[in-house]
Amino acid sequence: MSQMSSSPVIPVRTLLPWSAAVPVLLIVAYLVTMDSAGVLAQTGDLLHELMHDGRHLLGVPCH
Amino acid sequence: MIRDFFLRGLGAGAVAGLLAGLFGFLVGEPSIDQAIAIEEAAAGVGHSHANELVSRGGQAFGLFLATTLYGLVVGGLFALAYAFVKGRFGPANEQALAVTLAAGGFLAVVLVPFLKYPGNPPAVGDPDTIGRRTVLYLVMLAIGLLALGAGAVIHRRFGWVAAVPAFLVIVGVAYAVLPAIQEVPAEFPAVLLWNFRVSSLGVQAVLWGVLGSVFALVSARQRVRL
Repeated sequence: MSQMSSSPVIPVRTLLPWSAAVPVLLIVAYLVTMDSAGVLAQTGDLLHELMHDGRHLLGVPCH
Repeated sequence: MIRDFFLRGLGAGAVAGLLAGLFGFLVGEPSIDQAIAIEEAAAGVGHSHANELVSRGGQAFGLFLATTLYGLVVGGLFALAYAFVKGRFGPANEQALAVTLAAGGFLAVVLVPFLKYPGNPPAVGDPDTIGRRTVLYLVMLAIGLLALGAGAVIHRRFGWVAAVPAFLVIVGVAYAVLPAIQEVPAEFPAVLLWNFRVSSLGVQAVLWGVLGSVFALVSARQRVRL
């Protein structure tokens, strides 16, 4: 239990507004790693095919 | 303060993603090219890569785009997690915390799912089961995060002797209970599969390693300036 003065705790109340960024980031993650049918992007398979190698090498299930 | 962390996370994540992309380009692309050659030789099986929307050159560029966007996402989430755990869990020293959190993130988000459901090169995997495989992968990732969180809470109260076994038990039970996926064709070259999987683990290791290091370095520099 080393809670030192050099690392003050940030109250949850201060953190909470920033949680709004989480869904935005997760949507980007979804577009990169998952969007197999272009569900969100409405680009057909373009995004999916463009990031094909990245998805494989990031270790995400691909096809 | 959180804004500083967030921007620092995005910046470090972008650098980490680019370098992970470079690693993937140099180390991983040869395996992907070989696997695609196998896939096309077995024409008609799985999904073909000939005559597609994006050329192979375009997909190599897309590799950098994908890893950089992924790095931004991981960097942003990392920064928010860092803001939360700071002073609550882990080392009091900010640089040590950044590196510890990156190691924990790699463990929970990458290594735990990888050991159960490793990534596959082209020509491996039945397209009909992609939905099920994706869900299982995400379940395993969530269990990794759960085990890490439980480990952090237990560590704070009882130390490593209790935290490590707790983490391993949670992950071990999940490994035993969740179904195995075996879709590697019998004739697929074992060496190629191994090389691909090691390079895919390497891409993630570079990403999380650089993220933690750059985040720690920037936090050290910002402190000096204050």
